[in-house]
Amino acid sequence: MNTPSNLKYAKSDEWFDPATGKVGITDFAQSQLSDIVFVEILVEEGEDITAGKPIASVESVKASAEIYAPASGKVSKVNQGVVEKPELINSDPFGEAWLIQLDGGTAGDLMDSSAYEADSASRAH
Amino acid sequence: MATIIEPTIFELSSAGRRGVRMPASDVPVVDSLPQHLLRSELPLPEIAEVDVVRHYVNLSKLNYSVDSGFYPLGSCTMKYNPKINEDTCRYPGFLFSHPLQPIETVQGNLALMYELQEWLKEISGFAGVTLQPAAGAHGEYTGVLMMAAYHKLRGDSKRIKMLIPDAAHGTNPASVGMMGMQVVTIPSDDRGNVDLKALEAACDDTVVGMMLTNPNTLGMFDENVEKVISLIHGCGGLMYGDGANLNALLGIVRPGDLGFDVMHFNLHKTFSVPHGGGGPGCGPVGVSKTLLDFLPTPLVGILEEGNDEEAPFYGFVTPPNSIGRMKAFHGHFGGGMVRAYTYIAMHGPDGLKDIAQYAVLNANYLQAKVRGHYKIPFDRICMHEFVAEGRFEGSDVRALDVSKRLMDYGFHPPTNYFPLIVPEALMIEPTETENKDTLDKFADALIKIAEEAKTQPELLHNAPSTTKFGRMDEVKAARELVLCCWLPENVELN
Amino acid sequence: MTFIPISPHERDEMLATVGVKSLDDLFDAVPKKHRFPKLNLPPALTEMEAAAHLSDMASSNENVQQDLVSFLGAGAYNHYVPSVIDHMLRRGEFYTAYTPYQPEISQGTLQAVFEFQSLMANLTGMDVSNASHYDGATATAEAINLAYAQYRGKRTRIVVSPALHPQYRDVIDTYTQGMGVETVGDEETNLTLSPESLSSYIDDNTMIVIVQYPDFLGRIFDYKKLIDDAHAKGALVCVVANPTALLMLKTPADMGADIVVGEAQPFGIPMWYGGPYLGFFTTKKSYVHKMAGRLVGETIDVRGQRSYVLTLTAREQHIKRERATSNICTNQGLLALAASIYMSVLGKQGLSEVANLCYQKAHYAANELSKLKGFKLFSSEPFFHEFTLQCPKPASEVNQYLLDHGILGGYDLGNDYPELKNHLLIAVTEMNSKDEIDALVEVLKEM
Repeated sequence: MNTPSNLKYAKSDEWFDPATGKVGITDFAQSQLSDIVFVEILVEEGEDITAGKPIASVESVKASAEIYAPASGKVSKVNQGVVEKPELINSDPFGEAWLIQLDGGTAGDLMDSSAYEADSASRAH
Repeated sequence: MATIIEPTIFELSSAGRRGVRMPASDVPVVDSLPQHLLRSELPLPEIAEVDVVRHYVNLSKLNYSVDSGFYPLGSCTMKYNPKINEDTCRYPGFLFSHPLQPIETVQGNLALMYELQEWLKEISGFAGVTLQPAAGAHGEYTGVLMMAAYHKLRGDSKRIKMLIPDAAHGTNPASVGMMGMQVVTIPSDDRGNVDLKALEAACDDTVVGMMLTNPNTLGMFDENVEKVISLIHGCGGLMYGDGANLNALLGIVRPGDLGFDVMHFNLHKTFSVPHGGGGPGCGPVGVSKTLLDFLPTPLVGILEEGNDEEAPFYGFVTPPNSIGRMKAFHGHFGGGMVRAYTYIAMHGPDGLKDIAQYAVLNANYLQAKVRGHYKIPFDRICMHEFVAEGRFEGSDVRALDVSKRLMDYGFHPPTNYFPLIVPEALMIEPTETENKDTLDKFADALIKIAEEAKTQPELLHNAPSTTKFGRMDEVKAARELVLCCWLPENVELN
Repeated sequence: MTFIPISPHERDEMLATVGVKSLDDLFDAVPKKHRFPKLNLPPALTEMEAAAHLSDMASSNENVQQDLVSFLGAGAYNHYVPSVIDHMLRRGEFYTAYTPYQPEISQGTLQAVFEFQSLMANLTGMDVSNASHYDGATATAEAINLAYAQYRGKRTRIVVSPALHPQYRDVIDTYTQGMGVETVGDEETNLTLSPESLSSYIDDNTMIVIVQYPDFLGRIFDYKKLIDDAHAKGALVCVVANPTALLMLKTPADMGADIVVGEAQPFGIPMWYGGPYLGFFTTKKSYVHKMAGRLVGETIDVRGQRSYVLTLTAREQHIKRERATSNICTNQGLLALAASIYMSVLGKQGLSEVANLCYQKAHYAANELSKLKGFKLFSSEPFFHEFTLQCPKPASEVNQYLLDHGILGGYDLGNDYPELKNHLLIAVTEMNSKDEIDALVEVLKEM
């Protein structure tokens, strides 16, 4: 399981990049969901959001999950690429499959990579 | 290109072929509609009757069904569907009556509906029954709407939470979601009952009510059901019963007597209406006195009492605070009500009790046979079904593999991965219409598969191997989304 | 013990295996004071007695095949059902199976549903169809659920034509009780207004506009202008269509509709006193993730064989639970099969003949009836197989007179539109012979 150390992580399996303001879901989350077939982004560019708010909904062949904002801020960009190719979440969760980008995002209550690794390992089945 | 086992009806089509013909018109010809209102083409198949028959017969042979074998799909009550039902529901008086005919011309239909309402009331202990809902989920929505209307009429606007046990069917929270209410999940305790402590903590004046399946989806009758109901009533909430598992309770206990305020029936489970490959169902709803005035419209009532010589005169009535209409017309009369009526009429009070007793006996017998070979997380006397875990120490075999392997032994698999609170769940409901030999063979197959899981797991991973089709690529289906056989992008794919 | 195949001897063996003494001992968890109630139900009938009893009940109805000549439609239609359909429906492999959760042993049902989806999409001109809804009314309500989900609850206005089936409007009212939405447009009492008059209700908060085609009064309108107006405001449009009429008429897709739903009872399903029928639901591919209901998609199995599975199931209640668009689970599987066989066995030609017969006979009837003194057509708009007839007295009186003469008249529009209390909605199908139509005209002439 990949867990880049430059990112911050939410217990609900989202990542936040303090450097770029990008938000996505983790490698662990995509592996639990398995093959993602649908992504819907629930927020719009220009919208102010607070950490904990649902920002996206993803569906795999067998599961469905709400994605929550790991940080607060103004949505500067929504990634249409991942909406068009949901399978990117499986292949590149920390790269091409970012969901939204925040302008001046303030992280919520987030973990660093080692804490997240330990937390997700305890939830793996 | 993929191998084609049976062509689609479109692939069987050939321009100029004819099936059933219509007679020539016997009225003078009139002008057609203006061109701009007419469709330019009608892209539907052209095919001869014999080929239509062969196509559908071929398709039918690709199905497993109750008529062909044991179908222990948990929570679905796949019992034998008596053949007489198929005759009675097609009697011309039923088949050819229009739903908007004047009531004096359809007294037979109305008498049947009235009696069925009365019978369901008697069986369940409720004060009123609507026959209108089309299926179980539709009945649930009906019930949730009535619960909301009850609180609204009392001006009790704070109530927005519905308590739902973690073992519940997905339709329960979905019905609540449609009403914009919040779902509060209540855990189960280690005996498979509702966790009373958690329930107590959740009970306050924001609670609409609780939706409880009893027996629950673990097949357990909640040992504290009266306490659960009194907690809900104590905080001003209403108690919804999901009647999916009513087969276990016929003549055993009446949900209305236990204090439930509302419950849906699944006539296609409990009362032998066939499942039809996914419907139609029929989901009447019973209510206690508390909710009587909120039932959907219309109900069948007696407009003029009968006497020794004259039958009563039946018609439609609307309850004073009715939530309104749940569907067009009166519900699934022909396909649902007539069959269920026939079935209940052929059982009587003792016959109904037999159903529940033998359904429960069969489930407990199977449970006893497979105990020791499969982990049974909630191991006590079950009701009409039980849940086992399809996983084994030191093996990567999963419930899905067990299920697929069962097909190789000629059985329909149990329900998989439900309830969600049991890992690798196999939910097994034999029903009362299976004999001991079948149950023994099924248990033997399950036991053999448990052995194979340890010794030859690849047999399970590669199963089914003896059926016409192997496992499907579900990812491809969801990603490529070919949903029609006629779209241009489809043609490219082939 | 009617259908229970266990002998007393086997029962005792099984009880011993379980470890209890009697059947009653299996129910110790049930509160004692409520255990084993005495049910006050009639004693069991044998099959022979049940058949006779049900036959008596059925015969006490007057049915439209043997007793009455019918011109009643209004959402349920008397059409010919080809013999093949029931022969196929009575195959136990179809009717005693359940939802195809296990695709390896359910390809019959899955392919049949896939073909149904294809047939309905081709009929309506839309991209995709689901596996069915309970009926036309609930399919219409589910169109609202789709629109509500599409706009994530941010748009809350529903514009409904007053000429949508009154019971469908009732169901919309019931279904939307908890959604915090408003329904407008249907309170309009001037039924002679053009469909474009609905445009004035469409605003930036409108999620969906719902019209019927032909409308409840039988009129055929081209909704293109209305649909363009709705789209200009970002609203979706749902057209509730009669499938028999679609065999002849321009498709709603051609007018730009986003969702086309309706009641497919006319396609091979008996009238059965109102159900079970078959709601169909078709839409554009872009809305497929917000569409409720089951969906079958094509794929291949591990052996490279073309096959079919339930797909996009994560949209549905069993996975998405309270976040699902709808709670629908069981739908109308067997009746979707009936409609598919209907379309297949009549085929392109036979179906066109059905539509043409309906059209010709209805127009003959309308022509003849409007020649009668005091009777005239309510509208000069084009119609298909149903039309509104203005009568010289209340429709209820006309219907009673007709019934006395063995004729099931039209639908009394005064039930729903007080201003139309002298109006009958008359349906004529291929089942009505010229003699029957002439008899209707004769009886009314003498009234």
